[in-house]
Amino acid sequence: MQAGANLTGMEDVLRLSPILMACGFGILIMLVDPFVPRARRSLTANLGVVGALASLACVFVSAQHMGRSYSGLPYTSLIQVDDLSIFMFFAVFSFAFLAMLGSLDYLEREGLQHGEYYALVLFATAGMAVMACAQELVTAFVGLEVSSISSYILAGYRRNAPKSNESALKYFLLGSFATAFFLYGAALIFGGAGSTQLEAIREIILHPNPLRQKESDLLVLGSALVLVGLSFKVATAPFQFWTPDVYEGAPTPVTGLFASGPKAAAFAILVRVFYSAFGSYRDTWFWAIWASAALTMFMGNLAALVQTNVKRMLAYSSIAHAGYILVAFAANSQLGIAAVLFYILAYALVKLGAFTLLGHLGDTGERRVEIQDLAGLGRTHPFAALCMSLYLLSLMGLPITAGFLGKLYILKAALDAQNIYLTSLAIMLAVNSVISAYYYLRVVRVMYFSEPAADWSPAPVPYPVAAVLLFTALPTVYLGLFPDAVRVMVLRSASTLR
Amino acid sequence: MLTVVTFLPLAGGLLLLFVDEELKETIRRGAMAVAVFTFLVSLDLLAGFQSSPGEYHVYQFEEMRHWMSSPPISYHLGLDGLSLWLVLLTTFLTPFCVLCSWHGVDRRVKEFHVLLLALESAMIGVFVALDLFLFFLFFEAMLIPMFFLIGIWGHERRIYAAVKFVLYTMAGSILMLVAIVALYSQTGSFDFPVILQKLVSGRTTLTMPTERLLFLAFFAAFAIKVPLFPLHTWLPDAHVEAPTAGSVILAGVLLKIGTYGILRFCLPLFPRASVEYAPYIAGLAIIGIIYGALVAMVQPDYKKLVAYSSVSHLGFVVLGIFSLNAVAIQGAIYQMLNHGISTGGLFLAAGMLYDRRHTHVITEFGGLATPMPVFASLFLFVCLSSAGLPMLNGFIGEFLILNGAYLTNPWWATLAATGVILSAVYLLWSYQRLIYGPVTVEKNRELPDASGRERFSLAAICVMALVMGVASPLFTARTEATVTRILQSEMTRNTRYEAVQRPTGAAVPVSVPLVAAGAEGGKAGRP
Repeated sequence: MQAGANLTGMEDVLRLSPILMACGFGILIMLVDPFVPRARRSLTANLGVVGALASLACVFVSAQHMGRSYSGLPYTSLIQVDDLSIFMFFAVFSFAFLAMLGSLDYLEREGLQHGEYYALVLFATAGMAVMACAQELVTAFVGLEVSSISSYILAGYRRNAPKSNESALKYFLLGSFATAFFLYGAALIFGGAGSTQLEAIREIILHPNPLRQKESDLLVLGSALVLVGLSFKVATAPFQFWTPDVYEGAPTPVTGLFASGPKAAAFAILVRVFYSAFGSYRDTWFWAIWASAALTMFMGNLAALVQTNVKRMLAYSSIAHAGYILVAFAANSQLGIAAVLFYILAYALVKLGAFTLLGHLGDTGERRVEIQDLAGLGRTHPFAALCMSLYLLSLMGLPITAGFLGKLYILKAALDAQNIYLTSLAIMLAVNSVISAYYYLRVVRVMYFSEPAADWSPAPVPYPVAAVLLFTALPTVYLGLFPDAVRVMVLRSASTLR
Repeated sequence: MLTVVTFLPLAGGLLLLFVDEELKETIRRGAMAVAVFTFLVSLDLLAGFQSSPGEYHVYQFEEMRHWMSSPPISYHLGLDGLSLWLVLLTTFLTPFCVLCSWHGVDRRVKEFHVLLLALESAMIGVFVALDLFLFFLFFEAMLIPMFFLIGIWGHERRIYAAVKFVLYTMAGSILMLVAIVALYSQTGSFDFPVILQKLVSGRTTLTMPTERLLFLAFFAAFAIKVPLFPLHTWLPDAHVEAPTAGSVILAGVLLKIGTYGILRFCLPLFPRASVEYAPYIAGLAIIGIIYGALVAMVQPDYKKLVAYSSVSHLGFVVLGIFSLNAVAIQGAIYQMLNHGISTGGLFLAAGMLYDRRHTHVITEFGGLATPMPVFASLFLFVCLSSAGLPMLNGFIGEFLILNGAYLTNPWWATLAATGVILSAVYLLWSYQRLIYGPVTVEKNRELPDASGRERFSLAAICVMALVMGVASPLFTARTEATVTRILQSEMTRNTRYEAVQRPTGAAVPVSVPLVAAGAEGGKAGRP
């Protein structure tokens, strides 16, 4: 559409440099890996971490190069690198970096140190980045598939563990089903709008042809299917049943990645499709999203109450948090979208840190991931316990953590709408926060109030894991105290949509 | 200045973190030094405080700094007559918390003192914060140290009590957060004086249903904290299981945050709703007074007895507040301070007994006057001050509250007055069972009398009780302006509301007690 002549090929390359860099490093790792002797596998591992860092650096190149507007539409408007894309690039590549850093010692311990793991993480992240900047449904689908297929393999990476296999198979079957929904929805939308480009769809909806009533029926049906597909990806009720099993079975650092990157990317595309393209259908979808948000919060939190496995508990808490994000999403306003973005960041940081720490504490074969296994952590590993408590407090939404401000922004977005139904969602969110406090506190309680187990104590925290803890804990506090910089970023991202 | 007082304990606590865990005595002394120093610094607030500030200087020692831009949140601190005394109460009680834990806490000493000092910072912060967001931040920040204080250093059922405490408080506070944000959507500000100004001047008006909901959300958070009957069930557990210092802080300061919040936020922000709900709330308060006293009477556990007596005493405070006249509110504020001193003293005494015998069960004691004469006499003094003996602090507060309540509704005062009698019953009866009579348990014959440290703590409390009993104008003079202002903002808005309502013929005679009280207030405000 606006693919003017000034947008030369070089410009496009720089714009998409983070994605290209990640793919490039992924391929490089695959090529190098066979030539590296078994004993020196950490070499390719480090290459993966460097790849993530390089992609992260490229985000700045991409942002810098775009100038202030970031409004270019390269590749004949399949992809748009705007503020939202830059924010998401930054988020998903940071998550990939942290996840890899947290995996180094885990994989070594489990005897799974292979180059392809890091290549897969990079590919998955590249897919997420494509999703985050897609301006067209088929492109979004390609991104979704790239990230999903890599994720299926990663979920089953502990190939000798039955649970990991279960996780991969479940994720694969249900995930393919969901992507099929998405694709079918995209096809119907194409039938209705004559285009899969979000901007074109938006135009058609805003100026419908009065003679062709069927078009809008197709669009509604198509968007319903797309909503189902994406709800599966972000794990909101009633499409969340896969989450606990997949999260529990996957290698713990991978679970950390699942809980952060794909969710962020899926929310990005959800925002683009339903806030931007289908913005005028807000009344059609309001009740679906309202019900889904309410259901997700309660199902996630109530189920989490009775879990004894920390991984499962955090999986259910992830579901609940997706519900909180939906509350802001339901507000369907700029403030709401900004709250969604801020919350994703706050939530993902915490989940990454928590899962990485659990990956370390779980010990060989993930034998020790029950809540009781954390007993006395406050005595034996004060730093790790402090970080874990911080994460839990942030998930709970207590002040001076990013989670608290995230919740505040969601509440504000919901209440600013001055709509009784959104107000009721806000109150439900508040009630849920209290419910969730119970199970988060249970972990804190075990860490600090119980005596450490006599016969076993976790190994000291290795440096890469400690680095992940720092990189997640410090921003959590920093965002809780001085959110302005990020807040401006998300507000700008939200305002450039539409 | 306020920033210094607020964060001084926290900074001291952080410094303590660098001291070696094994140097327990150093840590205790360090914490004591920090606490005392904070008290001395806070005395400077008293010195610089003006009793009758001008029209435009409602808050003194005000500090205002930009913090976050979207939504606009500022770091806004200020002090008025109400918060002045509560800050001083906090800084006054904290050194005694350190003192009473000198021998009682021997495990993880460093963490204990760091948490205690962090808690002090949060409590002071609650009293001086003028931005609703900042207030909420401090309000929630108190939970974490308290959770650990009860959970780590408490008695047998400590974990249950700690979790219950946090869940109850969070349940209320999260609703308050929703209300704060809703108030922001209505007025466009988190800054309390700005919001109040907008509401008083009529630039923003809340519809009656909105006001009711907001009032209830704020009130629920504070009523749980107070705790108002029937939301009090967390209190006995938390008190009984908490270590002595925890109980002193809990009874002395934390409960006051509930009543402080009601006075500071509920009344001025939502005058119509508070007038509307006042009779119901007063009813609950009276039930609390009598119920708390009756339950306290039959407790076999001394700490639980004191805990229930807090329910009863705080019932008086709430009754005073919702009598909605100057006398009663003065009394309520005064009673808040009294309760902090007297009940703090009772818990200190209970802690001293616990340190000796590791039990709170009353029948385990008896005849303590023989082995512990000094303790017995100081303890009697504290009991009497709590029971409201004339010349001591409790009397003034209760008298003012009953006086004010009578102006609003004679029945309230009549019923509440039974609480005064009952409080004498349970306090003196328990005193008799603990101290008088023959020594029933042989072990008690050998108990050492109060040590110098303990004598000092109790004596300081007694002196304070006496000073507050005879020199009450010293205190009430500084709160008078605040009380008048709270009532004024109530009255102006209610009158305006009536003026709007009257032509339609639907006049609600809501502010009649207020007008009467306003006329009375000038004369009776100063006892």
